[in-house]
Amino acid sequence: MEAIGLSIVDWIIIIIYFGFVLGIGVYLKRYTTNQEDFFLAGRKNSSWVAGLAFLSANLGALELLGMTGNTFKYGMYVAHFYWIGAIPAMLFLGIYMMPFYYSSKINSIPGYLKLRFDEKTRVLNGIAFAIMTLLVSGINLYAMALVLHTFLGWNWDVSMWASALTVAIYVALSGLMSAIFTEIIQFFLIWFGLFLVSVMGILEIGSVNEIMARLNQYSPDVSLTTLWSSSIDPTKNGMHVHWAGIVLGLGFVLSFGYWTTDFLVVQRAFSAKDLRAARMTPILASFFKMALPFIVILAGLIAIALSVDPKSGFQLLQDSGQVNYDSALPLLIARYYPPGLTGLGVTALLAGFMAGQAGNISAFNTVWTYDIYRAVINRNASEKNLLWMGRVSTVGGVLISLVTAYWAKSFPSIMDYMQAIFSWVNAPLFATMLLGMFVWWITPAGAFWGLVTGMVSSFFMYLAVKFEWIHQSFITLSSIQSDMAANFWRAWWAWLICAIVTIIISLFTKKKPKEELIGLVKGLTQEIDDRNIPIVKKPEFYAILSLIVFILLNILFW
Amino acid sequence: MTDHVGKPIWYFVGLILVIMGGIIFVTGIYLFFRPTLTTTVLAETHPNLWWGGVMILFGVVMLWKVRT
Repeated sequence: MEAIGLSIVDWIIIIIYFGFVLGIGVYLKRYTTNQEDFFLAGRKNSSWVAGLAFLSANLGALELLGMTGNTFKYGMYVAHFYWIGAIPAMLFLGIYMMPFYYSSKINSIPGYLKLRFDEKTRVLNGIAFAIMTLLVSGINLYAMALVLHTFLGWNWDVSMWASALTVAIYVALSGLMSAIFTEIIQFFLIWFGLFLVSVMGILEIGSVNEIMARLNQYSPDVSLTTLWSSSIDPTKNGMHVHWAGIVLGLGFVLSFGYWTTDFLVVQRAFSAKDLRAARMTPILASFFKMALPFIVILAGLIAIALSVDPKSGFQLLQDSGQVNYDSALPLLIARYYPPGLTGLGVTALLAGFMAGQAGNISAFNTVWTYDIYRAVINRNASEKNLLWMGRVSTVGGVLISLVTAYWAKSFPSIMDYMQAIFSWVNAPLFATMLLGMFVWWITPAGAFWGLVTGMVSSFFMYLAVKFEWIHQSFITLSSIQSDMAANFWRAWWAWLICAIVTIIISLFTKKKPKEELIGLVKGLTQEIDDRNIPIVKKPEFYAILSLIVFILLNILFW
Repeated sequence: MTDHVGKPIWYFVGLILVIMGGIIFVTGIYLFFRPTLTTTVLAETHPNLWWGGVMILFGVVMLWKVRT
């Protein structure tokens, strides 16, 4: 790959950004006086602050380079990750699950498992989450290094270490508080820095309709421009996936598993000032989530439209003979952005990666400190000791992520890697949480062994396909499939196995008394009395609005 | 986020947008008078000028909203 030079103005903008986020970490340190400030940002955020941070924590490498690259690879189907693969789950979290999470005053998702089931289920999930978080964190570092390597010509090692240390400093200084502050700044920089790519692409090609027409002309038999109309036959869409795989694997298991149980995003809602703000957090975020395809998916489609036109001179980079799909967005920035804007574009990418990285690290330090360190290693830890451990685990987590970044580098596309990890951990956890929250007779033994079986089976399916012990069609129920389709289906089977094992074991093991489950399980908990609240202030009102927009978008791009 | 922290988050957002938008806008003015320095596609539309302007405007509105 060749480095793309930056002008002095670009450098100034990048340096201002780094100085700004580090400065915020230093500025907020004086307000981080106890463990609640460090791990939960003092529980004083409005729904807007928590909502934007909720979304921004998810705006890591996955959402920017990965999704644009995947759109180049799979076409419009990648938009499913933003719509059916996110919105129903976010609304379900806000309406149904948040009251149990927020009202029980837990510090983390494993903390809920401890209250609902027992200590061993909590520790199991805590360890699995910690490992997953550090692996995902490695992807963020890898993607950051790709940008720095592509644009600045830095080598991988220097890029990863420079980016990681910046995040380590500001998160270690003031924990979730600085992570949320910087995530919101990053949210705006991402929009201002990257939306212009889509605007310029449309200006160059002519219109969105012209982009779609070029794609249909380039690929008349395999649709790259539709969402559902080509999903009955997997051979007719770019992702080679059947609609059932999208609905069951992505729309149900992977999506609900991520958005309702992944502490990385849910932690932002825990920082809200009251229950209403906590419920509004994912609902507000859902509107912005639905808008993101106008940055990443549209940019990916523009990249395809340009690459099939020889006159445009646009081609993705090649890395050791392999097409580097993740280079699509950086190359579009280089194509359209003059000096100054290039600096903003690079800053937007860096902001995305650092938001994702900080999100992972702040979630990791909380789960490590509360659910592993205090639960297993030092049960009598003082507040001061926990605060100290939060800072130490921040630095330790960043160092471990550096190691995992090199593993991420070996995958052809970072998105496939990410989905593989989610289907190991989040998919079975969602079955455990769903059953635990809505069925009172699910037992601690059922939850624990269901979770173990679900995780092991998902991992086994991944290995079995990777080492060709079984053919992938055995999992995807189709003779033609992609890695992405395999991820969807593997998540579905892991969820199903976990749910069945949990139910069967629960039927034969000792149940918890109902009085211990009040506030934790639906049916045993008093419903929220909101009869006197005006309808326009109810979270349900905004959830219905969001649902209407979601349905309209799916019809529009059917 | 404002109760126990000196400045609200929206202040910082407004500030960085004004600073970065200002730098981009000024660069746009410079490039307007020296168009040969820019070789990017659609450089003739002067994106630094209008996009920098949008950023400044947005940043000013945010700063104005959180004025004390």
